[in-house]
Amino acid sequence: MILIEGLSKSYGTKNVLDRLDLSVDAGEIRAIVGPSGAGKSTLAQCVTLLERPTSGSVFVNGVDLTALGAAHLREARRRIGTIFQRDGLFARRTAAANVALPLEYLGVTRPEIRTRVGELLERVGLGDRAGAFPHELSGGQRQRVGIARALALRPSVLLSDEATSGLDPDSTASILALLRELRDDLGLSILFITHEMDAVVEVADSVAALHDGRIAESGTVVELLRDPSSPLGSLLRPTRPYLSPRAGDEAWQVSYRSGAVEPDWLLRLGTRLGEPISLLGAAVETVGGEPVGRAVIGIPAPAVEDLRAALDELGLDGAPASAVLRDAIVLEKVA
Amino acid sequence: MSAVLPHQQVLVPLDQLAPLVLPALGDTLIMVGITMAIVVVVGVPLGALVHNLGPSGLFPHRTAHTTLSWIVSVGRSLPFLVLMAAIIPFTRLITGTNIGIPAAIVPMSIAGIAFFTRIVENSLRGVPPEYARVALASGASPVQVIRTAQLSEAIPSLVGGLTINTIAMIEYSAIAGTIGAGGIGYVAVTYGYQRFDHVVMITTIVVLIATVALIQWAGDAAVRRLTPTARRAGRAGRAVPRQPVDVAV
Repeated sequence: MILIEGLSKSYGTKNVLDRLDLSVDAGEIRAIVGPSGAGKSTLAQCVTLLERPTSGSVFVNGVDLTALGAAHLREARRRIGTIFQRDGLFARRTAAANVALPLEYLGVTRPEIRTRVGELLERVGLGDRAGAFPHELSGGQRQRVGIARALALRPSVLLSDEATSGLDPDSTASILALLRELRDDLGLSILFITHEMDAVVEVADSVAALHDGRIAESGTVVELLRDPSSPLGSLLRPTRPYLSPRAGDEAWQVSYRSGAVEPDWLLRLGTRLGEPISLLGAAVETVGGEPVGRAVIGIPAPAVEDLRAALDELGLDGAPASAVLRDAIVLEKVA
Repeated sequence: MSAVLPHQQVLVPLDQLAPLVLPALGDTLIMVGITMAIVVVVGVPLGALVHNLGPSGLFPHRTAHTTLSWIVSVGRSLPFLVLMAAIIPFTRLITGTNIGIPAAIVPMSIAGIAFFTRIVENSLRGVPPEYARVALASGASPVQVIRTAQLSEAIPSLVGGLTINTIAMIEYSAIAGTIGAGGIGYVAVTYGYQRFDHVVMITTIVVLIATVALIQWAGDAAVRRLTPTARRAGRAGRAVPRQPVDVAV
């Protein structure tokens, strides 16, 4: 697990990270999102102490990395697997030789390296491409090699810095599936730094938004998606343009408050209110096995009290869509 | 040095050409060979040091970097003839003489090291800096980073630079010939230039061109062999035949 306490990093007078607190539990995939320049890369580099924090502590498995000398730090880094943006494979080494790097540094014997590298490449589904050079592999395959290398020393913590950025959608999906699988099989804690919101919803258990070097908002992905007032939730699943309501109808945005919403809630709502309800836009899905949904519905001149009560009974939150949208725009500027 | 010719015989007879030129070529290759061995042994660590003391290096240190860099620049900026003359006391201190092959190797090595240090530095600058971060994050010591993430990945570029450097040293050896170190350049000057022996002149030119071309060809071939993208260029994009797990690099 990773525990970051009061982490600050400044370059000259510019504070890139400002007393940041963050934790990743054992077996948790925690995403960090934020616009470019928010300090994501600096955070990634501070976790492995490739950049030394100005102040604050980074605990990995209970050991404060900031307190370690060079030799001990080298040992501690071996317990953190790092997956780099654009894979970071050495161009003159084969896939196998790239995966072997951390083992070579550690001084593992040749036969052992050979066995372990074989296992690792098999693990990421590239058992047959051991002798291929990076330029002979696709972007997704290269990132798989990068993941195999990160796993070489059996780390308990994985740090992924924009691992899927620049990959095509299919490769991204397969890399994310692999990360989840590795988390489930090996109980890894994964700090997943990205700017891709879809990847977060796909892979992460929880997410924190980094803004101006601080955590602006944080929570589990499901909670955030169910909270209509959450700016981060709106960033994860932005409201798509929806149909105009019929003349006389009013548009309301509703969202699942919990997983206990019946799939036929729209019909039930109509029956309950005795009015025809129209569906103007909706996104319903399961995230990490939990139902999550947002919809915009059109209701003929609703009696607000009745409507709220009915929505509440069905396990839904609701607000006039115009107000929600207006808020979302304001909050997006903030976030 | 070969054949001291009778005073009245101005031109070298054709059958004497090979005994004159070949030993001289041998002298040149010995001078350049020993020099390049010293240049590589000193220049590679020195170049790596200068690079890593620089702003993008492993242990940036402005003062040390500036000082080292300045020293290298001084070595690079002196014309070889001036350098050779200027360091004669130093040469005599090391070799006990100021003529002959040993005396030539000292200034050639100094000029060559300065040259190669810059080549190494430049080659390392061409290696993606994230390699060093990858190595550090994988638990590498600074020496391991320099060896695997810098020098090893720069090998094609280093070999290319070595080729250029070797050819430059052949040129320097001709200048060193004037302090009695012999070599092919010396033959060209004393026989071809001073005695107007066009046959010797043309022969030495042909031999020099052939030598340089051979070195360049060998260097280019080595660079191609050492660059994975070039070696398999013809097959890129197609499925590559399976290979045994090759961990050794």
